[in-house]
Amino acid sequence: MQERKFTITDDTGVHARPATLLVNKAGQYESEIEMHYNGKTVNLKSIMGVMSLGVPKGAEITVTADGSDEEQALQGVAEVITEHLGE
Amino acid sequence: MAKVRTQDLLNQFNLELVAGRNGVHREIFMSDISRPGLEMAGYFKYYPKNRLQLLGKTEMSFFNELSTEEQRDRVENLCTDITPGIVITRGMDIPEVLIEAADNSGVPLMRSPHKTTRVTSRLTNYLETRFAPFTAIHGVLVDIYGIGVLITGQSGVGKSETALELVKRGHRLVADDSVEIRQEDYDSLIGNSPPLIEHLLEIRGLGIINVMTLFGAGSVRSHKKISMIINLELWDQKKQYDRLGLEEETMKIMDVEIPKAVIPVRPGRNLSVIIEVAAMNFRLKRMGVNAAEEFSERLTNMIQQEKNEDIQD
Repeated sequence: MQERKFTITDDTGVHARPATLLVNKAGQYESEIEMHYNGKTVNLKSIMGVMSLGVPKGAEITVTADGSDEEQALQGVAEVITEHLGE
Repeated sequence: MAKVRTQDLLNQFNLELVAGRNGVHREIFMSDISRPGLEMAGYFKYYPKNRLQLLGKTEMSFFNELSTEEQRDRVENLCTDITPGIVITRGMDIPEVLIEAADNSGVPLMRSPHKTTRVTSRLTNYLETRFAPFTAIHGVLVDIYGIGVLITGQSGVGKSETALELVKRGHRLVADDSVEIRQEDYDSLIGNSPPLIEHLLEIRGLGIINVMTLFGAGSVRSHKKISMIINLELWDQKKQYDRLGLEEETMKIMDVEIPKAVIPVRPGRNLSVIIEVAAMNFRLKRMGVNAAEEFSERLTNMIQQEKNEDIQD
């Protein structure tokens, strides 16, 4: 299982549009990809799940990937996050 | 998990804050409520000072019979720096000495107009719920004929679409995509939607729709006990699916085992009807009618009869 932490720096936090980009990216991989925030865990392939967390600016999130293509998956998700949401 | 503070009790219940306003942000760590009876008699060795304290008629009348020094000693021991609060029931008068001690130590002193048993059970219920084990699961929760059915499965398998058709057929949506589940007691799971996405459903190609405004208030529920799990998966030629329904598979969520059925998805299978029937069949089983078992019994009888006839011939 691969794991990586990110900090959200975008002013609006994980809002609907960036969340969609994130979920679409995650959907391209076989692995189980999850996002953890504030003690809650959601499936990163589910748009409603991701948005239900209401992640604000400055929040620290953890993304985990588990499966045959976990490394590429985490890499892909990381690219979307660094491009649109944070670091 | 969100912390529980004494202020939450004041917001939730009909409690009057008499003294100790400084301490309303104290945290409550457990659902147990203490009735300090022996403590009133001076035995503080095992005083559970970090619990909420409840003073009823017995405790108060005993307290009122004590001498002034004893009263002062008891209230000082009662009001510690971590006691989250003291509740007086039946709207009784509160002795000046207790108000003073509560103010000095910052222990919120609250008064309820209701009877002690009533207050105890309501406070316990509330705290139990707040401290209940909690998890979130990727799935859709629908109330079908009064049975809470949690539909799980891989992303894109058609959970939300199935839920939409179930709603269209008159059933109720509880949560889409992410179901928050808390365990009540030792044997029941209650599911609800995260507040932000309540009543919403995401359908590929349509986007986010609001089920309540589209289908009316009767098409949604805020929470529901989960009775069975339907796991949708893409049809696998090599996999053996249940053909009889004699065995009951279960899935464990926290400490609770929930009956589970795996339903293979293939174009042309009407999932919502299958799930609807699964829920009805589940109800029937609970009412003591089990089609699979009845059939199996019939078959046994038939085979037995044939065998007997063979022997006679």
